[in-house]
Amino acid sequence: MSLRVDQDHARFKQIVRGRVRQNLRRYISKGELLGKQGKEIVSIPVPQIDIPRFRFADKQGGGVGQGDGSPGDSLGDGDGDQQGSGKAGQGEGQHVLEVDVSLEDLAELLGEELELPNIEDKGKSRIAEVKDKYSGLRRVGPNSLRHFRRTYRAALKRQLSLGNYDPKKPMIVPVREDMRYRSWKTLTEPVADAVILYMMDVSGSMGDEQKEIVRIESFWIDTWLAHQYKGIETRFIIHDAVAREVDRDTFFKTRESGGTMISSAYKLAADIIEQNYPTDQWNIYLFHFSDGDNWSVDDTLLCVNTLKEKLLPAANVFCYGQVESPYGSGQFIKDLREHFRGDESVITSEIRDRDGIVDSIKDFLGKGK
Amino acid sequence: MAKFALKTALPGYLRDEQVRIAQHARDFGLDYFPTLFEMLPYDHMNEVAAYGGFPSRYPHWRFGMAYEQLAKSSEYGLSTIYEMVINNNPAVAYLLEGNSIIDQKLVMAHVYGHVDFFKNNFAFRTTDQGKEAENGEPIRKWIDAMANHGAVVRRWLGRVGIERVETFIDDCLSLENLIDPHSALRKNVFEQSQLETPVDETPEEVPRLKVSREYMEEYINPEAYMDRQRKKMDEEKSRAKKIPEEPDRDVMGFLLEHGPLEPWERDVLAVIRREAYYFAPQMQTKIMNEGWATYWHSRIITERVAEGSEIIDYADRCAGVLATSPRQLNPYKLGVELYRHIEDRWNKGQFGKEWDECDDLAERNNWDRKLGMGRKKIFEVRSLYNDVTFIDEFLTEDFVADQKMLTFGFNNKNDRWEVESRAFAEVKQKLLFQLTNAGNPIIEVEDKNFENRGELLLRHSHQGIDLKQDYAQAVLESLHRVWKRPVQIETKVEEKRAMLRYDGKDHAIKT
Repeated sequence: MSLRVDQDHARFKQIVRGRVRQNLRRYISKGELLGKQGKEIVSIPVPQIDIPRFRFADKQGGGVGQGDGSPGDSLGDGDGDQQGSGKAGQGEGQHVLEVDVSLEDLAELLGEELELPNIEDKGKSRIAEVKDKYSGLRRVGPNSLRHFRRTYRAALKRQLSLGNYDPKKPMIVPVREDMRYRSWKTLTEPVADAVILYMMDVSGSMGDEQKEIVRIESFWIDTWLAHQYKGIETRFIIHDAVAREVDRDTFFKTRESGGTMISSAYKLAADIIEQNYPTDQWNIYLFHFSDGDNWSVDDTLLCVNTLKEKLLPAANVFCYGQVESPYGSGQFIKDLREHFRGDESVITSEIRDRDGIVDSIKDFLGKGK
Repeated sequence: MAKFALKTALPGYLRDEQVRIAQHARDFGLDYFPTLFEMLPYDHMNEVAAYGGFPSRYPHWRFGMAYEQLAKSSEYGLSTIYEMVINNNPAVAYLLEGNSIIDQKLVMAHVYGHVDFFKNNFAFRTTDQGKEAENGEPIRKWIDAMANHGAVVRRWLGRVGIERVETFIDDCLSLENLIDPHSALRKNVFEQSQLETPVDETPEEVPRLKVSREYMEEYINPEAYMDRQRKKMDEEKSRAKKIPEEPDRDVMGFLLEHGPLEPWERDVLAVIRREAYYFAPQMQTKIMNEGWATYWHSRIITERVAEGSEIIDYADRCAGVLATSPRQLNPYKLGVELYRHIEDRWNKGQFGKEWDECDDLAERNNWDRKLGMGRKKIFEVRSLYNDVTFIDEFLTEDFVADQKMLTFGFNNKNDRWEVESRAFAEVKQKLLFQLTNAGNPIIEVEDKNFENRGELLLRHSHQGIDLKQDYAQAVLESLHRVWKRPVQIETKVEEKRAMLRYDGKDHAIKT
């Protein structure tokens, strides 16, 4: 059923799309984009377009409410721009709404905004996918595939040429021969398969904020790579002094404490690759996030060796993102840079804070590996 | 559209209920406009709500945004709109298709409360468009007016182009809250009065001191003194030429009168200003209006309408409507409780000098003069007050304690919202502050020819809270697009006087 508001609604969506384009930077850093539904669609809470007005600065305000509690008792955390003052009344306070953007669109936007090059395939893909594409017409077929316009055209043509078309009473009656149906072709498409291995340092020094940064960044990397490859797989490894493989949920939520042996994660990654992903068929992406505080120089050496011997020959690229944390020494990134100077398959990036995420994604994916 | 128009008339059984409820409302003394009920499916309800009740308004993406929000939250079952009622004569109210009968009855009773309020509260008189010649009833054909506004804007859209008109609407909406909330007491804001005071052509005489002997003239009124007098007069004249003479809070109206606007811009600005004034009374009486409607639906339903089997469902719905929260004020709850509080006090005679001066707790607790003036009082209150005066006059210490009212604020140290106080004075003060000017900063237009450069000067009357600066600068940009010359606003930033200025290219802050 068509509504009067449809036009305004469409206009709003257009603007939001446009704004996603322009302000993508801001949204990424705010961590407002999350969650997948089904295979294709993510539903993303984006900020409402707020028409600027003269109004009071937030948080100086506060307000009046009703309920229990004595002075000093908490009424909930402050988060970002949530506004507590403002109008008394219900219906206010909902500052996010959901906009459905398909993952494809999102990845394209990301690509455009960050000027990411399309990824060069390793070119060894052997797995083929069969796809049907509707591209032609034929004269027989099921009614559900009838091409109305072309059928009409054929009937009109016939009636004109037979001379029984009356412009005053423009009635077109299609007969059997006029019927046109959509038809499809079967195409075989080679598929490049890819696996992303995320490794994260969950030692005591990685705080919630650091993990949040990793989460946002890996969501976007995931989105981009999924756009480039059909059938992408993701694996997650967390480590402190020992490494283990976990599911996505655990990956982002765990908080461990303890020392840091980065080599343990690299060894596990090498094992996973060896067992599951023959390197001639898979594009392999390795991402490692840490605050750069490794246990010992020996362990760092071990890491370098594992990388050189096992991981780098197998992977398209190895990306190391170092999240700045108040505790870590941040030494590891310097070591990596020293050992792999000039090696294009090792990309390092420092992520200072949320605003640094965009630049870091650019660092990682900007080479089209 | 007409071809696809829905059948929105009420089904028979609800028509009967409506007649009954209308009669009960009249018996209770409610005085309402004729009220038309229509029933809408949920998506149309969302649409109507997105347009603020007027489905034929001017096109703008903001309505699409509101719709998106409403549609999403109703699809996911987060919230439902039960009712919508429009301040129009005759009033129009929408019911949601598929609600239970008791819900529909509740909504109808609630609607009659609102319509009585629209008709009788003084703040809504600004929405009168004249008086009916026959019976003196106010004319409020706002559904027509809004449709006309829509037609005007659509016409310009066709002529000028969507980009330009839409951008200009956005700019105007940034200024939408710059209207004069006391318009009800001032003038009819919907008529653009252009009265020029006739200019006195005879040159003014320079005042002299009285001289009884003519030869004394040059001693008593020497040339130097006369010069000073002349200068003073000129100064006064030039001061009078300052426009506006008095600071004006109707910034929108001022721009309409003095801004260098093209015809289409003038139309758009006028439309948005008029609609802002139409909606203003509803902002100013949110607590009173919802409280009044809630008071009456609860009396009508529980005393006259509900059947035994319906009472649980009714109570459940009511509990939802009246739920309180420490972080947000519920106007339904506050309003209805305050009316009941007033009714109780006036029934028992708990007012006036004796009551105020009595500090014997036992006596106060048992104070009952059996005056029975409560009903009359609340009807009087619903006519003569708005939210600010309502709270200011009737909020009492007992009430604040009974209702567990509190103030809260943001504690930067703990990064969280915290209860600040339960003291009567603080609760009242904060509440009044929130309600004053509907929670907007007070801003006046001060000078249209600031420093003789044709620049516009606004002044923010600072009451302890700074303006949100990035927003303020964005508004200045919009203002510049209307005024087309540099614009500035005088305010305070962190306790210091500051001037925010925008000249079309750059922002500047002078302290």
